Amino acid sequence: MLCENCKENDAVVNLTTIKDNVVTQQHLCEKCAAEKGVETSIAPKNPLGDFLQAMQQKALPGGDDAPACHFCGATTRDFRSTGRLGCARCYTAFERQLRELLRRLHGNSRHAGRRYEPPAIELVERAGTVAQLRERLRRAIDNEQFELAAELRDRLRAVES
Amino acid sequence: MTLDLSLLPDGGVGWLDASGEHADVVLSTRIRLARNVEGYAFTPRARDGERLRVLAQVRDAAPHVTSLKGNVLLRVDELASSERQLLHERHLVSKELAGLETGQGVRTGAALLLANGVSVMVNEEDHLRLQALRSGLAVTDAYRAVERLDMELGGRVPYAFHSEFGFLTACPTNTGTGMRASVLIHLPGLVLTKEISKVLAGLQQMGLTYRGLYGEGSEVVGNFFQISNQTTLGRSEEELLDHLARVVQKVIEREEEARRVLLRDAGYIIEDKLWRAYGTLRYARSLSLDEAMNYLSGVRLAVGLKLIRGLSVYTLNKLLIFCQSAHLAYAEGRALSEAEASQARARYVREALANEAGARE
Repeated sequence: MLCENCKENDAVVNLTTIKDNVVTQQHLCEKCAAEKGVETSIAPKNPLGDFLQAMQQKALPGGDDAPACHFCGATTRDFRSTGRLGCARCYTAFERQLRELLRRLHGNSRHAGRRYEPPAIELVERAGTVAQLRERLRRAIDNEQFELAAELRDRLRAVES
Repeated sequence: MTLDLSLLPDGGVGWLDASGEHADVVLSTRIRLARNVEGYAFTPRARDGERLRVLAQVRDAAPHVTSLKGNVLLRVDELASSERQLLHERHLVSKELAGLETGQGVRTGAALLLANGVSVMVNEEDHLRLQALRSGLAVTDAYRAVERLDMELGGRVPYAFHSEFGFLTACPTNTGTGMRASVLIHLPGLVLTKEISKVLAGLQQMGLTYRGLYGEGSEVVGNFFQISNQTTLGRSEEELLDHLARVVQKVIEREEEARRVLLRDAGYIIEDKLWRAYGTLRYARSLSLDEAMNYLSGVRLAVGLKLIRGLSVYTLNKLLIFCQSAHLAYAEGRALSEAEASQARARYVREALANEAGARE
C-alpha cells in the first residue's frame, strides 16, 4: 500500500485518530508519519543489552566486585553480565540504575497494575519463616556480613522461642 | 520416575481442541504471570536448598488452592531428558525449565504443577510462572483463570512485591505485572502476500513483540507467530490485555484480507499448491519436521479457505504436536534415529489423515 499523504513510499504506519468521536485511519510512510509527530523508529532490538553496556562504561566507584546487595551478595558485575537481578532486595540495592533501565524498557518505572498484599503471617508457615531466617543467616556468614548475621541470629532466637 | 502422559489432566493438551474463537487462525492464547517467593534469592542465584524450599511451600499451599484441584505434580528435575523434551513439545514447560538450553542442565527443584487449564512452573527463571492456556482467541477467559490462581496462591505463599515497581522478577523485562500474554496465530496469507514484515514491524511500534512457535528464542516455523505484549510495567493488566486483543483482532482481519486477495489473484496457483501439500502429507514415506510443519501450514490454510473439507482443525492441531521427535519416540516406545523419526512421522501423519472422514473438495 502506498502512503496516502505523499503517494510515493510504502505505507508502514497505520495512524488512527479519534476526534469528536470520529475515527479516521491513515496509512502513512515513515517520513510523513514523522512529520505528523508520530514516533516511528522501532525500539532498539536489545535495550537491556545496550543499557548494560552503557553501565559498563561508567563503572561505579567502590569496584564492581564488591557485593552491592546485602541479601544475596550480587555484585554490579553479576547484574551486568547476566542482566538478571539476584533477589528481591537487589531492586533496592540497584534502585537508581534500575529505575532508569525500567523506564527504557517499559517507558515507565511505576507499576500501574494489580496491587498485592502478602498473606497474614499466621497463614504463612512459621516453619517457612524460620527456614528463611536460617538461610539468610548462612548467607550473611558466607558473605562475611557479621553485623547482619548477629541481627538475624537474634531474630531467629526470638521466633524460635 | 517414568512419565505417563495419560495421567495428566486433559493430557495437558485440552487447548488443542479448536473450540475457541477464531480457532482456524488462532491456535491458542497463553497468559503467564511471573512471581517470586519472598525471602529467597531468585532461581538462577538460589541454592539447591532454597529452590527445594520454594517447591515445598508451593506443594504445601496447593491443596488449599481451588484452581489447582486435581493437580499433578511433576518433578521435572527427576525426569530423563527425552521426557523433558516431551513436555516441552507439548508446550507444558519452557525450554529453560526443561533444562534443554545449551550448556545448562535441569535445575534441582524444577517442577510442574498441572491442573485443568492452568499450571505452575516452579523454579523457572522466576520461582513461579503461573499459566493459563486456552484454545483460540480467549484473552479475557485465560486471564480470569490465571488471575484467580494468582490470588489464591498469593494468599498462601508470600510474593516479592514492591510498591513502586510491582511484582519483582529476575529479569527487568518482566517487572511490574509480570504478565506476558501471547496469542499463537497462523498467518500464511500474510506470509504469501509478503505483507508479513510490515505487520510485524507495526507490532513493534505498538509495544507488542512476536516470537516463534515455542516462545522466546524460537524460530518461526509453519507460519506460526506468537504475538505478545513487550512491556509489563506502567500499564494495568487490563490495559495490556485489551491492547493485545485489539491488535490481534486487526491482524486476523489483515490475514483474512490477504487470503481473499490470494484466492482472487492467484486462485488456481494457490489451490494447486495447497492440494500438493495435502498430497505429500497423505502419501509421503519420510517427512522431516520442517517439511511436515510447512505442509501442515498449507493444509491448515486450505481448510480455512474451505478448499479442503472434511478435515478438522483439531486433527491438524494434534498433528502439530504429535509429529515432533520426542512424541514419535514416546509412541514407538524407543529412541529413534533421525531417519527413523522421519519415517515414523510420515506414517503417523498418513494414518491420521486417512482416519479422518476423508478430505474432499
